[in-house]
Formats: sequence, C-alpha cells, structure tokens
Amino acid sequence: MSERGTPAGAGAAREPLLSVQDLQKHFPVTKGLLKRQVGAVKAVDGISFDVVKGETLGLVGESGCGKTTTGRLITRLIEPTGGKISFEGHDITHMSQGRLRPLRRDMQMIFQDPYSSLNPRHTVGAIVGAPFRIQGIQTEQGTKKAVQEILEMVGLNPEHYNRYPHEFSGGQRQRIGIARTLALKPKLIIADEPVSALDVSIQAQVVNLLEDLQDELDLTYVVIAHDLSVVRHISDRVAVMYLGKIVELADRKSLYESPMHPYTNALLSAVPVPDVKRRKERDRIRLLGDVPSPLNPPPACRFHTRCWKAQEICSQVEPPLLALASGHQVACHFPENAPASGDAGKAPAATDGNGTQEEAAPGEGAPTSS
Amino acid sequence: MTFLELKDLRIHFPSDDGLVKSVDGLSFRLERGKTLGIVGESGSGKSVTSLGILGLHKGGRAKISGEIWLDGEELVSASAEHVRTLRGKKMAMIFQDPLSAMHPFYTVGAQIMEAYRIHHDVSKKVARKHAIEMLDRVGIPQPDRRVDSHPHEFSGGMRQRAMIAMALSCDPELLIADEPTTALDVTVQAQILDLMRDLQRDFNAALIIITHDLGVVAELSDDILVMYAGKAIEYGTAEDIFERPEHPYTWGLLGSMPRLDRERTERLLPIKGSPPSLINVPSGCAFHPRCVYADRTGGRSTSDVPELLESEGGHLVRCHLSRDVRRAVWENEIKPNLEAS
Repeated sequence: MSERGTPAGAGAAREPLLSVQDLQKHFPVTKGLLKRQVGAVKAVDGISFDVVKGETLGLVGESGCGKTTTGRLITRLIEPTGGKISFEGHDITHMSQGRLRPLRRDMQMIFQDPYSSLNPRHTVGAIVGAPFRIQGIQTEQGTKKAVQEILEMVGLNPEHYNRYPHEFSGGQRQRIGIARTLALKPKLIIADEPVSALDVSIQAQVVNLLEDLQDELDLTYVVIAHDLSVVRHISDRVAVMYLGKIVELADRKSLYESPMHPYTNALLSAVPVPDVKRRKERDRIRLLGDVPSPLNPPPACRFHTRCWKAQEICSQVEPPLLALASGHQVACHFPENAPASGDAGKAPAATDGNGTQEEAAPGEGAPTSS
Repeated sequence: MTFLELKDLRIHFPSDDGLVKSVDGLSFRLERGKTLGIVGESGSGKSVTSLGILGLHKGGRAKISGEIWLDGEELVSASAEHVRTLRGKKMAMIFQDPLSAMHPFYTVGAQIMEAYRIHHDVSKKVARKHAIEMLDRVGIPQPDRRVDSHPHEFSGGMRQRAMIAMALSCDPELLIADEPTTALDVTVQAQILDLMRDLQRDFNAALIIITHDLGVVAELSDDILVMYAGKAIEYGTAEDIFERPEHPYTWGLLGSMPRLDRERTERLLPIKGSPPSLINVPSGCAFHPRCVYADRTGGRSTSDVPELLESEGGHLVRCHLSRDVRRAVWENEIKPNLEAS
C-alpha cells in the first residue's frame, strides 16, 4: 500500500475524506419496569481522527474498547450521543436515514462474519446486485453484467452468479461480502475484522485482495481489527483504542517502532512471535488483570489501573491526546520513546513533506501483482 | 516406554455424502514434560484427534482404527467405561470456549469439585478446599469467594483460568489444550500462555497444544506436528519447523502470516485455493492442487500418496520432492521472501 505516496505526508494540504471530532456513544443501562436509566456504558467516549483519501487507517484494541462501535457510528448504523462526523465536508452526524441513503453509495462496510452477513436464501447475484436495486442504479449492460464484473474483480468465478452462499467456503464468502461493498464504487470502506474469521492461508489472500483493490479503485479504508500484525501489514496510520478512547495515533512505522503509550508497548510485547531461537530471551511487559468494565471506567487516565508507570497524577488528571512528534499523537503523562530521548530527529522524518514514507522498498524477490 | 503414542490412528465419520476421513493415519509420540504443538487449518483433523485420544468419540458414529497407547494402555480397544476412569485423572482437556464448556447453572467451585470427587474419595469440605487451592494456583484473586461464583460472573480470561484449574484439579499426566487462547484478547492470551508454561513445568505433564496460531505454537512447543487433510505432513522440533521447514504447505503458512518481529513485507505470500473437502480428498498428495511445486515431482504428486519420511534427525516430511530440492527451494526461493529487504 505504500507504493503510492503516503497521504499522511501531504495531509496538511488535503481535505480529509472523513473527519471525526469528539465522537461519543453512551449506551444507557436501564433497570426496573419504568426503564429508569441507572448508568451508561461509555463505549466510545470522545475520539477524534481524520482519514485522508487513499489511506488506510487501522483501529486496534482489545474487546470492549469501542472499535466496532466506532465503525458503526461512522457508517451511521447507530446514532452518536455526541460529537461530529463529517464525510467529504458534509456533517452527517444526525442526518436522517433518507438523506443519508445517497451517501451510502460512497461509504460501505465489510463485516467480520461471512456466514451471518450473507442472506442464505439469496443467490450471490442477488446479494451483490442488491446495492444497485436499492439505489435504483441502471447500468449500461444490465445489473447481471455489472455483478459478474465485480465477482471477477474479487477473484470469484462469474459463472457462480446463481449459487447460494452455502456453496462457498469461508474465504469465498468473504469475497462475496467484499464484492457487495464494491458494487457501487464507494470512496470509503469500513472493514470490521475483515479476516479474523478466516484460516491463516485464506487470511493472506483476502489481505492481498484488499490491497490490490485499494490500488486499483483508489479506495480509502478504515480497518478495525484486534490482530496487531494484520493491522501493521495493511495500515498507513494506526489508532490504538482503550476503553472508548484513542490512546495513541501515529503512522505505522513510528507506532510499531517507537510506541509511546505504555498500553501500546504492552500490546506489542504480548503478541506471540514465531521466533523459536529467541523465545526465551524476549523481554515482555505483562499486564495484570483484565480490561476494566466500560460501565464504570477508572477516572482520569483509564489505563492507570494496569499501568506500571502510573503515578498519582494519572488517577487525577486525564492526559490529553497530544502530538509529541510529527504525526504521532499520544495521551499519556509519562510516554515512552518520547522525542526528547533521542527520537526527535527520527519521528518527524517519517513524514518529510514529499509524501513518500521511508518504508521498506518492495524486495527484489517479493512478488508484486497488480 | 513412550508415554503417549499414536500408531496409524484413523477416525472416519460416515455421512450421507460419503466417508469423511477426518484423521487418516496419524502417528506420533510424546513424552512426559514435553509439549507437542499441532498446527493446521480448520478441517485438518486436529480437534478430532484430541477428542479421539480422550475417547470422546466412543459410542458415536465415528469409525476408529489404529492404536493409542497411553502409559502402556491401549485406548482404542478399551471400553468406554475404562476410558472414563482415565479421563480427568490421567488425561484432561482445556477447551477453546470456556463459556460453552462450563455449565452455566453450577458454580465454578462445584464443577471443579465434581471432577475431583469422582476420582478421590473425599468429603465435600476437602474437595472444596482443593478447588480453592486450584483457583489460587491459576491466579484467580480471592479464590475463597470466587469459588462460589457462576461462570457468567467471570471475565473471559478468568473463565479460561477456571477451566485450566478444572482440568488440572486431578493432576493429569496428559493435558490437551484445544485452541486455549483463541477466544482471548492478546494481553490476556499472554497471561494464559505464561500460566500454562509454569503449570506444565510444575506438574511435569505431557502437553498437547492445538492451534492455528503459529505464534502461540512457537511460544510453547518443543515439537510441532503440521496437519493437512487428516494427515501429518511435517513433524519436527520447533527449530525444524520454523528455521528449516521442508514442506510446501508449511512454507505457505509461514508466508501467509504477517510478523511483528520482522520488517514489514510488501506482500503476504498466501497459499492459493482453499483447504480440500475431506470427503473428496485430492488424489496423490492431498496438497497438490494448491502446491506451487507440484510440477517438479514428475507427476507423482497427483498419483501417489507421499510417505512421511525422515529428512534428518527426527524431522519428518511427507513430500515427493527430494530432500535436496526442498532445501534448495527453502534457502533460495522461500526464506529470502519471508525476510523483507
């Protein structure tokens, strides 16, 4: 994905495709016959980020951190409690479903589970053709032809137009889901755990397909996933969430090479790595306990209950999300790898104006198919 | 004497569409205190194997042949009643999803006590004390209170700990963990993997860990068995499998996986196609339709089933390619691509 100039570099000059400001979603918790509200699950509690055209933003975090809710808020499948969502400059935060419908052409979603997200009683043709029908779009040579072209694009046999979802394997079903999202040539695709239900070998096929489609169709992705290695592979920028907040947001390279937030450090060091030779020497950060309940999150910095660097201030003052290096925002009172400690020159270099990130060039042997 | 040995185990299920050969001629050995990782994609037969060892297919529709030797006893021909007396005490299992593997109605303590009292003639009071000790051992805070909690009152990681406590309550000599951390978050997964490593060392049990996650396998295993379509296709030490793998399928798995410990590669190198149906397993080598190197075998891969042969020092490979060809391909074509420039 980095053959194209990285949009983050030229970000200042370009309008963001999607802009989210202080977005909140609180689910009420009710009790008793009168449904009296006794509390709220603060699933998403004030997050802000921009997505520039052509880039891939990864959203990572553990279960319950609000990443899926964020995806659903952006696509307006659920109503935000507060904040603002702009898509191509239009405020869509509280836009009615009727007015939203034309915009849905430009904003589509890929779901996690390829079994439950496809209607078992509809043929592939009907599933992938549904967007045309709903939006009332006439295509030059008929819907069938258009659908078959899309099926071919995602690597399915166009002759399978009349088959049902159960006749396909998990990976093929996920391709059908992707075909459906591509039908109307959207600008933004929100992919919620697009590969986590698939086998390893199939996962890689779908990841490569998403990358090829992005290059071919100039798509913008927001990829929601819990797998940090997959997110690193496909994202240009990554946001790490914890209990409804973004704790760190940076371009891929600086996030994975010099993570600043202790939580990001802990996450990265917890990933099991298939390196047999060094498994005994690896230095790990082990978090104790579980993620606290979002019903009653810890005050101030929400990570302070599990953080080994926490001091008194962490439970009293909430750290704001600040840019400590160019393009690297972090919400922590005591960040690691802070620019003062020698990374000052390194981090800004990641976005040096000319728009090309200093990413590892494609290797000699690495096949590039397009 | 080998502690656990499988000899040519076959577990087939008759179905309306034909015979499903879930496990088709599997042999391996495992000693006390060692960990075997079984890796494979869905449908490769890894879970069916583990249920077979525990004797949980008995009385079902499965047709089982071959031999399973556990500490000098043969289990395939043993009666269901006899295997039942071994289950829990001699061998135990940790399941993937603790929420569905535990009974929602009974307290966690009651479920641990049940297994303990079946195998030990003790009073409820003693069993309860033992349950509290086990919960404490697996790191559950306030075990004397939590023993009376129901499974739904535990978080995912705590439930998995409770299930490990249950599996270990009778001090089993063989512990089988089927995807023990797949349902867990990554920070909790790391805690559980640490716990399993410590407990295995303390109890000196033989551990079989079944997973699709190569990272998890690499963290824990001494030896690794790679399965494809019901057969072992490669077996060796963890170093053999990760440092000098010889089977094209293993190469494919390694190429499919993005790795955090290396430079990011530009492209993943997936295996083409999808896993085969176990009713119509491809002729010859079951992997040949997906194998990039099948054309280098002179047509044998489509006609003959390759044998699982020793490559070097206990490293077994089921492939028609000659050892020299496999090593050359790994060194020159596969390895350089996995390590990005």
